[in-house]
Amino acid sequence: MLEQIELRVKGLNFYYSGGIHALKQINLPVHSKQVTALIGPSGCGKTTLLRCFNRMHDLYPGNRYEGEIHFVKDNILSPDTDLINLRSRIGMVFQKPTPFPMTIFDNIAYGLKLKGINKRAELSERVERALQHAALWDEAKDKLNSSAYDLSGGQQQRLVIARALAVNPEVLLFDEPTSALDPISTSKIEELFDKIKKDVTIIIVTHNMQQAARISDWTGFMMLGELVEFDTTDKIFTAPAEKLTEDYVTGRFG
Amino acid sequence: MSETSKKSPMDMVFASVTGIASFSVIIFIIGILYVLINESSLAIRQFGVIQFLTSADWDPVKNSFGALTNIYGTFLTTILSMVFAIPVAIGIAIFVTEISPNALKGPIGIAIELLAAIPSIIYGMWGLFTLSPIMSNYVEPFLKKITVGLPFVNIIFQGTPMGIDILTASVILSIMIIPFTASIARDSFNLTPSVVKESAYAIGATKWEVVKNVVLPYSKLGVFGGIVLSLGRALGETMAVAFVLGNNHRITTSLLDAAATITVTLANEFAEADTDIYLSSLFYLALVLFVMSFITLAIAKFFLLKAERKYSR
Repeated sequence: MLEQIELRVKGLNFYYSGGIHALKQINLPVHSKQVTALIGPSGCGKTTLLRCFNRMHDLYPGNRYEGEIHFVKDNILSPDTDLINLRSRIGMVFQKPTPFPMTIFDNIAYGLKLKGINKRAELSERVERALQHAALWDEAKDKLNSSAYDLSGGQQQRLVIARALAVNPEVLLFDEPTSALDPISTSKIEELFDKIKKDVTIIIVTHNMQQAARISDWTGFMMLGELVEFDTTDKIFTAPAEKLTEDYVTGRFG
Repeated sequence: MSETSKKSPMDMVFASVTGIASFSVIIFIIGILYVLINESSLAIRQFGVIQFLTSADWDPVKNSFGALTNIYGTFLTTILSMVFAIPVAIGIAIFVTEISPNALKGPIGIAIELLAAIPSIIYGMWGLFTLSPIMSNYVEPFLKKITVGLPFVNIIFQGTPMGIDILTASVILSIMIIPFTASIARDSFNLTPSVVKESAYAIGATKWEVVKNVVLPYSKLGVFGGIVLSLGRALGETMAVAFVLGNNHRITTSLLDAAATITVTLANEFAEADTDIYLSSLFYLALVLFVMSFITLAIAKFFLLKAERKYSR
């Protein structure tokens, strides 16, 4: 299999406003159409790193990046990056489900409308496809016009994934997407990853090491703002090169 | 021996002191209501409820009193001031929560709170000496000029621009209530969870789209409650409007005419109430205002509670 690199992080340093040095010299390849997991103890910087990929840190003043993240050819950390465009190509799903205060249909149509798709027929078709994609269609097809808040937590999370998929992103970032969900909803979402990674590159931050082992192809282990080790998931969980990684994945600390 | 069944004497003293303080509030409300009803009983018996509320006749010479002109003036100034204040207040709230750089948030917030802290009599004085001449010399002639010949619209700008009128009073009132509406709207906007906003940004929404499609729908109940709350303030405001409204017991279609509100009538006429029925009618008027304010406050609380319950999950 020819492996392409979708995103390449080069010498990334990140400082929060107030000067906290949250990411130190990160170098990392993200393989196209595969799942990359970021694991590590709380506060290690994995979520901070994830939020660099769609420049979410720019919403809050005073944050500073150093280094480069290459997305295909462009450095997305460059000041002339069009953030609106970037974020429609690199989507994000959060820990808690974040449906918008609208109907189920409108939640998904929202991103499409932002992209300028306004024809009712096309919207309907793409909303249906996105819901199918996120394995929510059967449960939601009869209540497309009710509020998204009427769905259960697990369904809301799949709705949010459908919303992110609807705009055909190239990359999807997941920030602990199942940590607020029950085991059944979690397994449904894990099944989804397998299905959608044909079309989209996935980066997932997770606390749950079994989850990382189950669903990812590549794993990065982070600690104290540094990327300790990055390799195939098999390697990280069976024969890690670093003592720290081994201690963490075997549960000796964490 | 159980610890919980024994109450320490200090706790009992504390409980009764705070309890008495709290119950006195209820007693005050009942007491005020009792005085209002008692003092207005003469007028209630003489004019009844429907007749008092629907009669536009306020004539101390003939001892004939109806509340309609005052109710009309109260509603008109209140509604107009809300029309002026709401867009500005929501604009301020959007700027402070979503747009302004952090360094500006503090100063603007403080300025809004200072505006709310200015005593209303000062608004009234400023209105009489500064705003009123500006209105009569520039704003009102301009409004008359651009609406001349327009059907219906010219009716609301009929008459001589005097600066002592419904329009000026409403403008002052709106400046007074902007801070309340703005700060409640700001608090409601801040109830929108940042992850929900972030996820809108994360699919490529612009700032304006996030505000329009996420923040505003998310906080509309709270904002609405805030609007009704400021409406309650505008209803009861006296000193800010007393100087610039005139005291005119006529129902007028022109915003350039003087009018009367319940509060202004009460402030102006107690001293000259020389008959029992006149005095009693003024109390009756106060009772009407009490009920109106009570109802608005109840509506506001209803929406604010609903908003809280919806988003506290």
